[in-house]
Amino acid sequence: MSSPVSLIREPLITGNKTYHQITEDLISPTEKTPPLSWMLGFIVAVTFLAVFVFTVGWTIYHGIGTWNLNRTIGWGWDITNFVWWVGIGHAGTLISAILLIFRQKWRTGVNRAAEAMTIFAVICAGQFPIIHMGRVWLAIFIFPYPNTRGPLWPNFNSPLLWDVFAISTYFTVSLLFWYTGLVPDFATVRDRAKGMRKKVYNFLSFGWTGSAKHWQRWEALSLVLAGLSTPLVLSVHTIVSFDFATSVIPGWHTTIFPPYFVAGAIFSGFAMVLTLMLTTRKLLKLEDYITIEHIESMNKVILLTGTIVGVAYLTELFIAWYSGYVYEQFAFFNRALGPYWWAYFGMMFCNVVSPQLFWKKSWRRNIWLTFFLSIVINIGMWFERFVIIATTLARDYLPSSWSYYSPTWVEIGIFLGSLGLFFTCYLIFSRVAPVVAVAEIKSILKTSGNQYKGAAHHHDGHQEEVHHDHH
Amino acid sequence: MAHKEVIFGLYNDEQDLLKAVKKAKAGHMEIMDVFSPFPIHGLDPLLELEESRIHIAGFIYGMLGTLTAFLSMTWIFTKDWPIIFGGKPYWSVPAFIPITFELTVLFACVGMVVTFYIICGLGPGVTNPTLDDRISDDKFCLAFDKAYVNEADARALFSATGAAEVNSKNL
Repeated sequence: MSSPVSLIREPLITGNKTYHQITEDLISPTEKTPPLSWMLGFIVAVTFLAVFVFTVGWTIYHGIGTWNLNRTIGWGWDITNFVWWVGIGHAGTLISAILLIFRQKWRTGVNRAAEAMTIFAVICAGQFPIIHMGRVWLAIFIFPYPNTRGPLWPNFNSPLLWDVFAISTYFTVSLLFWYTGLVPDFATVRDRAKGMRKKVYNFLSFGWTGSAKHWQRWEALSLVLAGLSTPLVLSVHTIVSFDFATSVIPGWHTTIFPPYFVAGAIFSGFAMVLTLMLTTRKLLKLEDYITIEHIESMNKVILLTGTIVGVAYLTELFIAWYSGYVYEQFAFFNRALGPYWWAYFGMMFCNVVSPQLFWKKSWRRNIWLTFFLSIVINIGMWFERFVIIATTLARDYLPSSWSYYSPTWVEIGIFLGSLGLFFTCYLIFSRVAPVVAVAEIKSILKTSGNQYKGAAHHHDGHQEEVHHDHH
Repeated sequence: MAHKEVIFGLYNDEQDLLKAVKKAKAGHMEIMDVFSPFPIHGLDPLLELEESRIHIAGFIYGMLGTLTAFLSMTWIFTKDWPIIFGGKPYWSVPAFIPITFELTVLFACVGMVVTFYIICGLGPGVTNPTLDDRISDDKFCLAFDKAYVNEADARALFSATGAAEVNSKNL
């Protein structure tokens, strides 16, 4: 009706698609036998998953003593991995919620896969706090439930308990948001399927019919869920940062942590979305739906958040010096030039220097460079958490208890194994559900499809937006 | 669901469907429902659908979450088992804010999603009859109940507004 067709913005769907072709392109991967590339990827992922099961089993059977944590360094790779995975799990909700509120149409190409990625990343994250407790069978003690021990309650003043609530709420809400978006698409799969497959998708689609009233409520629900998820996603990493910031350890006890952690989370999450989407788009031939324009938009977010993270690193250094507090000054001196200098410089290079390449437009639009940098950034963000956690603990107030930490094969196995858990989930998802939101893509076709925007518009930005109103 | 004889037209484009809905409304024909593969903007006012009140339900659920979290923590830490943490008062309100916030969001979201599925009659194991399998693909469907609308009128409307197909089905 009165939806504006912008001639400045590039089309988000190319290839002169019709509604039926969109269905065909996006649903058919769930209907075909997986290609060899998928099979190989799945075998590798499941192998790593087996490593995860084995090393976690080893840890539970023999205890945390199989890790190299010591009296000084009580948090090592376990919590580093936890924070890293939770951070990655922030992009999905950011894309689906915040970009929905800002009416960014490019979100429709990537939101489904990004939300799935969020859910799988949070599942991976959740493993680490549980196994690092040691006696995992007592993990239920973290929840406040009436019990026969008093009842004895958890400490509601502790940021570690806030984390329990934040992560479990985040997981639940992300899952509901994602699944509600999937229901109409499962109905599309159902209506094309036969036999047993039809029964399965009939169950998954909850009896969706596409009635006008249902769509109206569905849109209202999506918008309110987005509105609630926006502060939620910001709160989750804020609370994760409280795990550190509310302690009195120099290098952790800083007010900059919440915004700095949130920016870092979005940064690493977008990097992981790019790693996955560039692979998925190639393998499932989705180049018409996840265009260079999408990649460039995500690279802009990476450039922005990477720069925020860089400013935060420098602010920390400045404040440490300016505070005049020797322990704080030492903590940062030790991070940059102490025994873990290599982690600090890895972090600085990967997170602050490397994204600056994206100031150049042609580099933002370069697929190979984007893919390479997305991996570099994920490595960098892992280093960041390692720097914050292990290097800070290694040199505390008492030089007599200074220590050094390097992981055992068990800890390395759990980390690599968690990648297996993540990719196994993602690969299964990419075969059973449409990785791009079918209904949402159809709803933006007439405003963002290339054929509706006229012949190739490569303007220099002076064109006015044209409104096709039919009043 | 009561037995219904439905006559429906399938359109290839949502703009054609909107025109047909307008025409049907102008002719005072009672529309049973409209089915589409994606939400059509501008359809709700034509069908005179009231705005969804699901956000009001969400607000109530959210408040319920706020109260549950805040009052539980208050009761536990002031009445049931008071403990001093870090020399702070038993009733340390700022420390309750994060959990109160999280439970507000949790209750609002879970409550709204459950409400949505219940009021729409959707859920795991539910099978609703559909008029045509292509409605979830690329067809836009305008349906009339033959009990309220004369079949000849409906066919005239469909042919006048360019429906690609006209079919009947018993639900």
